[in-house]
Amino acid sequence: MIIEGKQKIWADYQKDIPNDHYFYVRSCIRQAFWPGSEVTFLDITRNKLGKDFYENPYHTTCGGIAYHSDTIPQETAMTIIARQFALMHESGYENYVCSCITSFGCYTETLETWHEYPELEAIIRQYLWDSCKKEFAKPKYLAHASDLIYKFRFDIAKQMKFPLVNVKTGKPLKVVEHIGCHYSKMFPSKGFGGAEYPHVLVGMIEAWGGEVVDYPERRHCCGFGFRQYFVQANRGYSESNTHKKFESMEPYEPDLIITNCPGCPYFLDRWQYVIAEQTGKTYGKNGYGIPALTYEEVAGLVMGYDPWDLGLQMHQVAIEPLLEKMGIPYDPKKKYQGLNGKDLGQPMCPSCIKSV
Amino acid sequence: MDFGFCLSPSSHVKMDNVDLTTFNRLKETNPDINTCIACGSCTATCTAGHFTEMSFRRLLLMLQRGKEDEAKKMIQRCMLCGKCTLVCSRGINIRKILLDITR
Repeated sequence: MIIEGKQKIWADYQKDIPNDHYFYVRSCIRQAFWPGSEVTFLDITRNKLGKDFYENPYHTTCGGIAYHSDTIPQETAMTIIARQFALMHESGYENYVCSCITSFGCYTETLETWHEYPELEAIIRQYLWDSCKKEFAKPKYLAHASDLIYKFRFDIAKQMKFPLVNVKTGKPLKVVEHIGCHYSKMFPSKGFGGAEYPHVLVGMIEAWGGEVVDYPERRHCCGFGFRQYFVQANRGYSESNTHKKFESMEPYEPDLIITNCPGCPYFLDRWQYVIAEQTGKTYGKNGYGIPALTYEEVAGLVMGYDPWDLGLQMHQVAIEPLLEKMGIPYDPKKKYQGLNGKDLGQPMCPSCIKSV
Repeated sequence: MDFGFCLSPSSHVKMDNVDLTTFNRLKETNPDINTCIACGSCTATCTAGHFTEMSFRRLLLMLQRGKEDEAKKMIQRCMLCGKCTLVCSRGINIRKILLDITR
């Protein structure tokens, strides 16, 4: 093997990410699914790493969920995105970072479309002015939030309290990494490692002491795909994709799944419950499932955040076996307590998959 | 519990569990089967293939994946005209192979 040649090829897959000063936009569905993730991201970047991440309360959804469901045309989605860029410009920022993978795909698609068809950009400028009386500037740099955690992974490792290591055996945890399709499959050059060797989550796992699981269906989609999930009768197709992945990863006995997309952790988590109810099969040990977490939740865990402050009680698959493997202390009584000890109510227990 | 949907049957082929008895027997009696390059000439010229799902190229793949029952069902469409043998770029006696599969 010629190492120099390999390094040159690998260099094409790298991104030079600005170090600081970002305009941050949230995800509409992540706030509902994993409410602790975005708060944790902002806390880590602002307070633990001392970076400038600004959030404008007037920003909205990127429109991606409607666009990918064929509810709105691309021009409408681009006008929504243009408004977001206008807010960034008004706030005095040039680097744009989004929490959602679908948003990242939509922003990238929009910027590429405007690059290829400048006349369309001019039309969108007019639409934005007519509707909001705003003008926008395109961001100098567009990043996904996982790019930033990847960039700062060694800084996070320096503050790490609980590495991805099984405290009972001393061995690294076996971690499955799952990249959202819209991160690097649409525009491979925009993601770390491209579509074939996406390194964004692998880098985090290795920096934090875990061992990456390489299994046959590693790059298979989780099955979300918008349309096949939104129509109830089609959900079997979505579920079958997840089922295929779990059947493939099962022999490797993973301890944890880490994802960087809003939909992937949701479906990799919830479908485990549905598959267990339909087939009686669970993929973790002793009747438990395999926890599927966001990269912010994993970063928070290794940095010593309280699991319930991270919102890990929002997961269908019980998180306690993983916490015990990593040696993270937790109070079971606080699992379903909100802020100021408010009782959030306890969900019903599933019949097949263990929840506590 | 009825969710209103269910798992789709998987088309995944686990090669570790595949029974290749028929295919291995064919390879012994017809060693030229190994020279097939899957060009598809046999399928393109197949008389039955224009009207039915008969395809020797697919049939060979079925046998390599242990789907013997499906292969035998497909072979019933063959009229044994022998055009596939005439056009085979590797000179494989496809007609004989088709006959051997059913023996």
